[in-house]
Amino acid sequence: MEAPETHSFSIRFILLGILLQLTSPATAQSIDLSDWQSLERQARGETVYFNAWGGEPRTNNYLAWVSELMLERYDITLQHVKISDTAEAVSKVVAQRQAGNDDNGSIDLLWINGENFAALKENDLLYGPWAESLPNFKLVNADRFPEMLEDFTVPTQGFESPWTRAQLVFYYDSQWLAEPPQDIRQILEWSISNPGEFTYPRPPAFLGSTFLKQALIELSDRDPALYAPVSSAEFERLAQVLWEYLDALHPSLLRSGRYFPASAIDLRRLMGDGEISLAFAFNPNEALLSVRSGELPPSVRSYVLRNGTISNVSFLAIPYNASQKAGAMVTANFLLSIEAQARASDPDHMGSTPAISISDLDSNARRSFETITRDLAAPSAEDLDRKLQEPHPSWTPALERAWIQRYSAR
Amino acid sequence: MSESKLELDKVSIALNGKQLLTVDSSVGPGEVLTIMGPSGSGKSSLLAYIAGFLAPVFEASGGVFVNGDDITPLPAERRRVGLLFQDPLLFPHLSIAGNLRFAIDDRSADKASLIRQGLDEVGLGGFEERDPGTLSGGQESRIALLRLLLSSPNAVLLDEPFSKLDSQLRAEMRTLVFSKLRASGLPSILVTHDQADADSAGGEIITLEQ
Amino acid sequence: MLRWASHSLLILLAVPILLGTLIAILPAFGYFPTLGGTEFSLDAWRELVQVPGIKRSIQISLLSGVLTPLIALALVFLYLASASGSKLDNWMRRLVSPLLSFPHAAAAFGLAFLIAPSGLLSRLISPGLSGWERPPDLLIINDTWGLTLLFGLIVKEVPFLLLMSLAALPQLQPSKHVELARSLGYRPTIAWLKVIAPNLYPLIRLPVAAVIVFASATVDVALILGPTLPPTLSVRVLTWFNDADLNFRFLAAAGAILQLGTSLLAITIWLCLEKLCAVLWRFWVATGDRGTGERLVFFSGRGAMPIVLLVITGSLVALLVNAFAGPWRYPSVLPASWTFLHWTNNFQNLLTPLLNTLLISVGSTLSALVLVLATLESERQSGKLRATAMWLLYLPLLVPQIVFLFGFIVLTESMRWQGTMSLVIFGHFLFVLPYVFLSLSEAYRQLDPRWSQVASTLGASPFKSFWRIRIPLLLAPCLTAIAIGMAISISLFLPTQLLGAGRITTITSEAVALSSGASRNLIAVWAVVQLSLPMLGFLAALTVPRLLWRNRTGMREIR
Repeated sequence: MEAPETHSFSIRFILLGILLQLTSPATAQSIDLSDWQSLERQARGETVYFNAWGGEPRTNNYLAWVSELMLERYDITLQHVKISDTAEAVSKVVAQRQAGNDDNGSIDLLWINGENFAALKENDLLYGPWAESLPNFKLVNADRFPEMLEDFTVPTQGFESPWTRAQLVFYYDSQWLAEPPQDIRQILEWSISNPGEFTYPRPPAFLGSTFLKQALIELSDRDPALYAPVSSAEFERLAQVLWEYLDALHPSLLRSGRYFPASAIDLRRLMGDGEISLAFAFNPNEALLSVRSGELPPSVRSYVLRNGTISNVSFLAIPYNASQKAGAMVTANFLLSIEAQARASDPDHMGSTPAISISDLDSNARRSFETITRDLAAPSAEDLDRKLQEPHPSWTPALERAWIQRYSAR
Repeated sequence: MSESKLELDKVSIALNGKQLLTVDSSVGPGEVLTIMGPSGSGKSSLLAYIAGFLAPVFEASGGVFVNGDDITPLPAERRRVGLLFQDPLLFPHLSIAGNLRFAIDDRSADKASLIRQGLDEVGLGGFEERDPGTLSGGQESRIALLRLLLSSPNAVLLDEPFSKLDSQLRAEMRTLVFSKLRASGLPSILVTHDQADADSAGGEIITLEQ
Repeated sequence: MLRWASHSLLILLAVPILLGTLIAILPAFGYFPTLGGTEFSLDAWRELVQVPGIKRSIQISLLSGVLTPLIALALVFLYLASASGSKLDNWMRRLVSPLLSFPHAAAAFGLAFLIAPSGLLSRLISPGLSGWERPPDLLIINDTWGLTLLFGLIVKEVPFLLLMSLAALPQLQPSKHVELARSLGYRPTIAWLKVIAPNLYPLIRLPVAAVIVFASATVDVALILGPTLPPTLSVRVLTWFNDADLNFRFLAAAGAILQLGTSLLAITIWLCLEKLCAVLWRFWVATGDRGTGERLVFFSGRGAMPIVLLVITGSLVALLVNAFAGPWRYPSVLPASWTFLHWTNNFQNLLTPLLNTLLISVGSTLSALVLVLATLESERQSGKLRATAMWLLYLPLLVPQIVFLFGFIVLTESMRWQGTMSLVIFGHFLFVLPYVFLSLSEAYRQLDPRWSQVASTLGASPFKSFWRIRIPLLLAPCLTAIAIGMAISISLFLPTQLLGAGRITTITSEAVALSSGASRNLIAVWAVVQLSLPMLGFLAALTVPRLLWRNRTGMREIR
């Protein structure tokens, strides 16, 4: 956090003016991406403000570990600014642009994907391209995994660097539910005959929005229009089926659909309390991790719907006006390192799915990822092969707005 | 000890346009002027005026001269006029020595020996570290008197200082206070409604009407 | 210099609040140059009317704005009528300050953990009494009409109104009047309601107004307990303000002005209720009835307060259990095991917010204390008891926070002064100041003036007598004022959230932010930390003078 500010306002203002004048030529720091060593040297002593969703303690603890190492090894002070919605960070960058703050932005590194990335990129609010020049970028093996170069259908073009993978995975409590529904339509049938045992987070909470997209993809039979920018005609056409589905589903949800959990964790809590029998998460290891921590009962099992589920990649981006770009890149590079990715995938820590390609590693390095043991509560590898691509990012806000319009005041 | 003189030059006090009192008098070194009158006659207000903290609701005029200098323009703390209240008002958070030290001019050297000497003189030797809350009524009054004297005032005001003591202690304190004041040659004004106080003071007596 | 203290006190309070409110009006009508709004328009209002469920949002805000003070005040009056002078009363008098220091957010979390379908109460009766093997599917927390929000607010405001009443009562000499009425054959509780209540009410009207405004515009309690489909008006304004699309700022501004209007409407409805109650009361007094309803008043007054106490205690227990609970399946009453893991895992995360909380609360409270002391001392030295405009002091409590903070942020953002510690401290200072003044002024004015007079006749300058006599004598009330000021600062959510631009986090801002996305254990840890800070403050305020003056018997009577 910030150091206490003790100067009087006027002094601050004058100092700011002087600083801006003195440093503006220099802040267009000559960053030479081809000389990584000098970049690391340049980054020494920088304080990097990393804006990342702070709703999951496991992630927060992982980032605290990263901060310690960054200081130790690179002399970089990494500050995790916990935000509840990445859109907040986007609005900050926009506001800074409007205020004419083009070189002293408050965000250096940003955990981002989907519509937030699309919005920033479209408005030239990102720095880059830089990501593919990171020494560790080769570890993701983008030739074999082209999804590392695409964010919700939008090409990343080096403006963001992969961090982790995510996939929508359903989990259920086998104590109450023996045979879980296998697709979106079955969920409706099952829910109607078992009222009050299912719910989903309230859009625009990202997991709730993902549920809407999952339903839309399945109900529309993967209509190609979903992978192109949304138009109102296409939206009307495709969303109609979704609204019919939700209108039928809501009365059978928990609290008869008059209440929706606020977030993924809220949903997990309802599962832990035995209020619902079926839930879902964006981290394939979520159920496993929560069973281990005691938040979920050991009877919980995970699976992927038979037609596949939405999967995506979480990226890291640098705003165009970031004041510590070198430090941000060094951090992004470290987060892609084998060491950082191994720790992130360790169920005792963050428990995420690595972004780098494990099979391309030598056997020694591969061993550090073997902490992910197969577990009853985790989905099988075959399950995780059934992936669905995220729709074009413009669909997300359109769906969220329409959902709020329809359901937030019933 | 300084030989000083206190003069009241046509001092008059009014409240809401109603005249309370007018005093025109002079008190010599070691003398006591006694002012008697029923409550509400304004005698305490007179002392407040001389000491420098009369509430602004009163209208007051007239000069107060100590050794020929008018002290009325001065703030209370620079008038060097000591005051004994009905209650001893020893500062409860300070020890006896602390109370006495508070009164002694910051510039004086060797406060400790001044305090020791003073305590011996009032018969309370060795009381330095005592808690004022543990003293008897008579002991408290003696410390209050000693504290006043240690602040080396040029004049002293006594606001019914004996009224809360029982009769035996009262006589004892009267003797002590007046002998001390006389010995230090201080002019004093005593406000009371006890005739015995006035007799013991032995000076001029002004009786106020309602 | 001292002479300026009271002026600067009023200016520091009034200017940011009035200016902030005025500035919030401009973007509501389209004027917001940094966002390209240079012409006045009604677009934001047109949009506001179209917002789904906006009517319901207003209704809920109005409902809690009127019912919270009504029920809380009724409970307090019934209690005072029936319990004055009883053993229960002695207990309550001692408990009321610590109860008041229970931060809103922590209390709301505790209540949620107590009465949720999977909460402590439900577990206590399950499966034995209720037959529930799984939590019942009941909409309790976040219910559509905000009844749980209302309940939480009442539980929280009863101690506040009780404290204000207890402070005002002595000047009415209640026991004398009640005795007189009893000699005329009135039962004591009826006598209290007929003789004391109508005289007490005018003395606590400002605190009641503060309750109306708070209840109709609260953000943190509403985020935790309030409805979500749609949420209260204040929560919606905050959401719009934080929206990624900055054009939502226009809508947020219009919403903020609507919030101001809603709070004013709640006050207007209240004023009508006042008139109605006055008529009913006069009618009731005129009947000359001396005992009817005695038992009802007696039992409801004596019964309600212990229930409030039980709810608060239950909330506290629910928080503590959750903070140390291992796996805890429904319907077990207690967790299968206990653990410190929630604490050790979060120690790192707690540190920065904890330090910030301390820095902000100490900074804002000490600056408020200095200004209040300077004001009171100048008042004393000038000898004029300035009737410091009470309503001005209440200003930060009478204007909905979200309204003037909104305008204030627009102002500071345009000066590029945002997200700094100094700004957050200043924001907290605005809310801390009235409480420090209210808690200290009485003791300061009551202190025997002769202490200072003795000091000055002994040659002590006002400076010396202030520092060496008045401050030590008033140490206990000063420390209490500091404890109250810090408790207020610690419990503040919106000023930190908005002025700190999300970059400065406190225990409270983090705890509220967690409300939508954290396990109960984690929330409980934060809430326990949040509520222990003010408790520690009050404990220190109580014990430090005792330790310091343990050899000074006279200090026990000074007040």
